[in-house]
Amino acid sequence: MASDATYFLDEKSKKRYQRQRIAFNILTYTFLTLCALFMLIPFYYMIVTSLKDVETINTELSTHTIKLFPSFKNLTLQNYRIAIYGQEATPKTFAEGNFLRYFANTIFVAICSTAITVVTSVLSAFAFARLNFKGKNLLFTLLLSTMMIPGEMMIITNFNTIKSINWDNSYQALIITHAVSVFYIYYLRQTFQQIPNELFLAAKVDGYGVFKYLWKVMIPIAMPTIVTIIILCVMGSWNAYMWPTMILSSNSPLKLVANGLMDSFTALNGTSTSDYLRELGYSIPDGLNAIKLAGSFMVTLPLFIFFLIFRKYIMRGVSRSGIKG
Amino acid sequence: MDDTKRDGWKALIALAPAAIMLIIFTFFPIVNTFTMSLMDGFAPKDGAGIFAINNYGVFGFGAFKTVLTDPVFIDALLNTLILVVVSVPLTITIALLMAVGLNSIKKLQGLYQTIFFLPYVTNTIALGMVFGAMFGSEKTGLINEVLKIFGATPKNWTTQSALKWDSFWVIMIYTVWNGLAFKILVFMSGLQSIDKQYYDAAKIDGTSKARILWKITIPLLSPQILYISITSFIGAFKAYTGVISVFGRGAYDFGGAGDDWITVVGYIYKSMQNVAMEGAMSKAAAGAVVLLVIILIFTGIQNMVAKKRVHY
Repeated sequence: MASDATYFLDEKSKKRYQRQRIAFNILTYTFLTLCALFMLIPFYYMIVTSLKDVETINTELSTHTIKLFPSFKNLTLQNYRIAIYGQEATPKTFAEGNFLRYFANTIFVAICSTAITVVTSVLSAFAFARLNFKGKNLLFTLLLSTMMIPGEMMIITNFNTIKSINWDNSYQALIITHAVSVFYIYYLRQTFQQIPNELFLAAKVDGYGVFKYLWKVMIPIAMPTIVTIIILCVMGSWNAYMWPTMILSSNSPLKLVANGLMDSFTALNGTSTSDYLRELGYSIPDGLNAIKLAGSFMVTLPLFIFFLIFRKYIMRGVSRSGIKG
Repeated sequence: MDDTKRDGWKALIALAPAAIMLIIFTFFPIVNTFTMSLMDGFAPKDGAGIFAINNYGVFGFGAFKTVLTDPVFIDALLNTLILVVVSVPLTITIALLMAVGLNSIKKLQGLYQTIFFLPYVTNTIALGMVFGAMFGSEKTGLINEVLKIFGATPKNWTTQSALKWDSFWVIMIYTVWNGLAFKILVFMSGLQSIDKQYYDAAKIDGTSKARILWKITIPLLSPQILYISITSFIGAFKAYTGVISVFGRGAYDFGGAGDDWITVVGYIYKSMQNVAMEGAMSKAAAGAVVLLVIILIFTGIQNMVAKKRVHY
């Protein structure tokens, strides 16, 4: 590319230009590599720390050092076992809500809320893009204006609503309040509107009704957008923290991964689990980092796998839709 | 026009599922929370009152008065402002430099881009806890280890005895780390749509790289920069999860011994904790309304600036 533009420069400026470019490239790669390290170090630290055995942790604590490359024989999965089951003597069962249960909960909630979101978004985006009805523009503007309002406004009343119908500590409460999104309706309407009108007229000639047209033509064409919505929804459930924390009691087995992870370490002091950990040799609180990070890694890993599989969809979807600050 | 009539009931069917849920969980809450903020001493009656108006018939600005004179809220507001003012420009600048760098290379571009995107596909709580552990107490932590090489004394960064301005760094670095991915992605897609001719012309004129960045890239990227700064300002005003996760002591611990880094959203949630207490929910509602007003003002200012500065 550069040679095209420098084609009619004289020999001297061409050389100068090339020198400049090499220097600039070295600078750029150095900068980018430093940035990449900044991005990756937390992940490395998480994995390495979560695998350290108690002896290594205690040596580190007493000598005030950190082993960034512990030898292989000092690695263990014990921290993971504790993060999943808690106490070994009386391990938390699935029904009582151990970490595996939190995973199952999150997957269940993600599937349900994503399914409902997709159905509601497709139907209403279709109404706004394809159907004619009174007050369409007014209604759409009204919908869009709610996007500016911080979610806390809704959460305050929703919290009361859910409590008043005794839905706290239930799956419904986790699912239903996140099962419709103005943003996805807007996003999908944009896609639907790009579908040429001629297709609709042609389908009409073939005797298609509007709903059959939606099912047979619009949805297949808008599939990439729908997949993006699905991905973003699943990621949203995986990240949900405050709402579940609010509507689930502290010993609820229905916790999702994020609040399960946080809660596992908040009320530890004075419990039998903390005695058990002391017996194993962990010093509290400084020695617990390894277990915390084992939990963190378990929460992070599924999203990573999800990302590697759907990398293209996720990156394209996120850059086009522009969600999350 | 007869089309209008024909689609009416179909539109109703198509809109009904979303409409029912939006009315219950979006529209009603907006009105209700707003009303709640205007009720003096609102308290839901034995947890069963959802309609603000039924619970307490006295209108007044008591809740706003309580919130705006509450030293904790003033603290929360200041903390949030500090986080916004530092983190947003910092993150945008770094993201811009990274995107420009990324866009100028050919080899390994995909690899770097994937690495830079990784923080986006993580759980905020989980990675916040990792940052909390990386800084940690004076006995542990990667950062203390590195600081010792430079002869600094290890610090308590995130423990209860941590100093406010030490924890500040943890929150800030985590916020930047967490916010870069999305911005880089948006900037990259903007950069890729800039016409190569501008750069070729600059090359012929022998323009320096810095001048190209300042005179060509940034002006042509201004729509993306505007978009990113609006969304990041709004996002940063709602700072909450990023703060509590680095301390890792639960949903209502904002660091230090006395909630050093409580934010506006944190204040709202903390007020909501005492649901049954008279006025607690009004306080939360008033806090949310103040947050809404701040966000509207900021968005307005940015739109005004945009009219002057953004090249479309």
